[in-house]
Amino acid sequence: MTKLKSYATLLGATALTLTGAASVSAADLEFYFPVGVNAPAVETIQALTDEWAAANPQHTVKAVYAGNYEETTTKALTAANAGQPPQVAVLLSIDLFTLIEEDVILPISDIANSEEDKEWISGFYPAFMSDAQFEGKTYAIPFQRSTPVYYYNKDAFREAGLDPEAPPKTWDEMIEVGKALTVKDDNGNVTRWGTRIPTLGLGGAWLFGGLVVSKGDVLTTETGIEARMDTPATLASLEFLLRLAEEEVMAPGGITWGDTPKAFLEGQTASMWTSTGNLAFIEENAEFDWGVGFLPGGDGPGAPIGGGNFYVFQDTTEEEREAALDFIKFMTSPESAAKWSIATGYVAPRPDTWETPEMKAYAERLPQALVALDQLAYAEREFATFQRAKVTQYLVDAIESVVTGNAEPAEALAKAQEGADKILSEYK
Amino acid sequence: MNNRLSIRLAVIMLVIPCSLLVAFTHYPAIQALINSFWNNSSSRRPSRFSGIENYQALMEDDRLAQILINSTIYALGTIPLAIGLSIGMALLVNSRLPGTTLMRLSFFMPTMLPMIAVANIWLFFYAPGIGLASQILEVFGMPSINFLGRTDTALASMMFVAVWKEAGLFMIFYLAALQSVPTNLKDAAKLEGASALRVFWDVVMPLLRPTTIFVAVNALINAFRLVDHVIVMTEGGPNNSSALLLYYIYEVTFRQRDFAYGATLTVLMVCLLGLLAIVQYWVLNRKAHYQ
Amino acid sequence: MNRGLNRILLSTMGVVFAALWALPFIYSVWTAFHDEKYSANFQLGAPWTFENFIEAWQSAPFSLYFANTMILITIVLVANLILCTLVAYAFVRYKFRWAGFLFALIMVQLLISPEILIVENYLTLSRVGLTDTIIGIALPYLTSAFGIFLLRQTFLTVPKSLDEAAQIEGAGAWRVLWNVYVPLAWPVYLAYSLVSISFHWNNFLWPLIVTNSPEVRPLTVGLSVFATVDSGVEWSLVNAATLMTTAPLIIAFIIFQRQFVANFMRAGIK
Repeated sequence: MTKLKSYATLLGATALTLTGAASVSAADLEFYFPVGVNAPAVETIQALTDEWAAANPQHTVKAVYAGNYEETTTKALTAANAGQPPQVAVLLSIDLFTLIEEDVILPISDIANSEEDKEWISGFYPAFMSDAQFEGKTYAIPFQRSTPVYYYNKDAFREAGLDPEAPPKTWDEMIEVGKALTVKDDNGNVTRWGTRIPTLGLGGAWLFGGLVVSKGDVLTTETGIEARMDTPATLASLEFLLRLAEEEVMAPGGITWGDTPKAFLEGQTASMWTSTGNLAFIEENAEFDWGVGFLPGGDGPGAPIGGGNFYVFQDTTEEEREAALDFIKFMTSPESAAKWSIATGYVAPRPDTWETPEMKAYAERLPQALVALDQLAYAEREFATFQRAKVTQYLVDAIESVVTGNAEPAEALAKAQEGADKILSEYK
Repeated sequence: MNNRLSIRLAVIMLVIPCSLLVAFTHYPAIQALINSFWNNSSSRRPSRFSGIENYQALMEDDRLAQILINSTIYALGTIPLAIGLSIGMALLVNSRLPGTTLMRLSFFMPTMLPMIAVANIWLFFYAPGIGLASQILEVFGMPSINFLGRTDTALASMMFVAVWKEAGLFMIFYLAALQSVPTNLKDAAKLEGASALRVFWDVVMPLLRPTTIFVAVNALINAFRLVDHVIVMTEGGPNNSSALLLYYIYEVTFRQRDFAYGATLTVLMVCLLGLLAIVQYWVLNRKAHYQ
Repeated sequence: MNRGLNRILLSTMGVVFAALWALPFIYSVWTAFHDEKYSANFQLGAPWTFENFIEAWQSAPFSLYFANTMILITIVLVANLILCTLVAYAFVRYKFRWAGFLFALIMVQLLISPEILIVENYLTLSRVGLTDTIIGIALPYLTSAFGIFLLRQTFLTVPKSLDEAAQIEGAGAWRVLWNVYVPLAWPVYLAYSLVSISFHWNNFLWPLIVTNSPEVRPLTVGLSVFATVDSGVEWSLVNAATLMTTAPLIIAFIIFQRQFVANFMRAGIK
């Protein structure tokens, strides 16, 4: 009798402990991710997710491909507002303030508070961490970051009698070099422009940010309530864009982001300013010798940073947060980041990624990939404030109105500043 | 029919179906009006009554002024062009010339495509330097035109895309009308020695009036309802030169997440459409009166 | 002789015009079947390939999108056919107060379609928790003012004698509807179905804001998500995807050209 009782108690206790243990550490993760490149991104993410799931059988993770960045943010916000947020998602780094205002994310530094974790956080490139922090806390972890670079057609350089290993470094050089590169046909129509800088829409605003950084200023600060749209730096940047068209180095009027790489491949332009994320596309399709350099700068090199970070959501349990943190650590680990970076062209977020054999081989095969990395030292955060979409629209309007010849730079910027200030004044 | 409607039948046949309709047409219109007097809520504070603040913002909105001008030009441009082209197409296809089946296929095909597909096709076509339009211009020795990158051509480019899509559909309506024109009328006119042109202008055109009215109303509705191409091709740019009212509502509400202002703009749009409906009704009634 | 020349001239002009009109579409189709590098360099002898279709198909869950679109148009069509029939029948066969007022109220939807009111309709959907569902996309369209209008016109042409004869035989309201009115309106039902399918297959803005997940996304939204990427656009790929998503409608149209045209015409005349 006693033996049976004690046996039963032991069995019961074991069962209880096992189920207890399982429920303490088991978590179901839902992971939203966007795809913003023409690459086998969905498969790569799925493969990485499966790898983590296999190594952590007590958890389950469902990777949800949610469309492009905008859709993924909308989806995450909608789900959060309905009380069923994803546990972890990759969203635009510049959505930080929107997510904070809607009160749907929590600082990762709150979850990752052990000494080990803090060391892990400090292992990311500081340039990428700058826009993940707010009021002293780290809210996000960099994952798929990008920065624009200057792509140029080396064959075209040779044709024009320029040194193919010496891309222009300053705005003045850009114009000089550009003039030599522009080719006209017998009718006087330009068949190849010197360079092509997208100026329309959010892509144009992103590149514009780089111009401003190269003149020693920034467009927004980490407070999220300041938009510096009417400054000597922005004025100089707009004037540079106008000068490029005046000197017939660049096509006049608005230039779209989407068909710029194609124009470059077709020889419509001898150089272009676009994301390092296009490396794979150019490598695959270029039928000429090409190179990559820093974005030519006003007073020195300067570039904006873009891309997406990992965020962890509120309305989640302790176990889910722990699991999410573990998942993030895995996805940003050198091996995973190497796979992701090679597949998509995004810049790996941690220096130690470059030590892996895959990345070393990649860098050897495609040394152009290292330029974005080196440029990081001169890069600043992308335009981000509270009410980001509305405020950025003022900047976009200002740039577009100037390059299409509908407004003078000074008045366009003043107007943009006025609009932005009005919106942001609510937050001060 | 003079049967009386029992309650039970009324509920099944009228109340249920119509309440669905009302729920997504009339109810939201009224909701928009109510919501336009409140401001946005966020997770930190609920929305508060803000009176006519949103309407004040409306009045001061420069982009809106530009957009209303755009919408007017767009409507006034696409409607006559679509009508004119579709009548021409119908006449062509209706004549017993060789090749009309192919012509009809070509004209009607864009109607079968979703506007978003049309937008992609034309985005590709308009691309400066590399698109087909530029390739053709190059053949003729002309510089490529930056259709979607210039404020003076962006809206016109959008208008042409819309006409390309809908002219084929209107052609079909005119075809039906043409085929129901009694031949004895045309023969009588020809007997009297009237030329083909006169036959068309004096006999056929008046008979096409009802179709023209139908087509014009359709074109008007489409001019306001269909903004897919703006979303995909220009996002309202450059510098708001191709933005239309419904596109602005979409951008403000779903991209900038400003639901309160979106509601205000919706009220404006509904009022505009209502006004157009009244004007249309009045014009038609007057015309009918003088018949 | 003159007339003959005129005809040839007119015919040639017509064919040239039609060819120009179709040019953007034809070029898009051509690009879909050729390698990316020919998309900006037309060369007649360029090799044909199916690569673009394969790659496009693999890059996004198009089969899922297809299924969603099919489910959507089916739900809308079935609901339309039933609900609009009921309402039209009520208007034609019964006399009740406010009939005129109710009819005018319904006709408002012709001008103020659900897309105009996207802001509030979206809020309504999210309140009942139907955002990101296919039924959510369909909901505002289940009762169609256009369908009611068409069917009412058609039912009005049904001879009263037939109705009365059926009633004498003891048929109730439903029997009369099913045995007398519906069969006579058959061609209109067909015409309306074509219009409805075509409209909802191609609808974009409303499904765009209602859906967030690939699981419920219809073709039009899927295509736009596919075509808007941060890095450069691959035109041959986008054109292939465009063709894939519109192919069913196009093929159906080419096969049933005559019926399509006739039915659209009928929908217009009435």
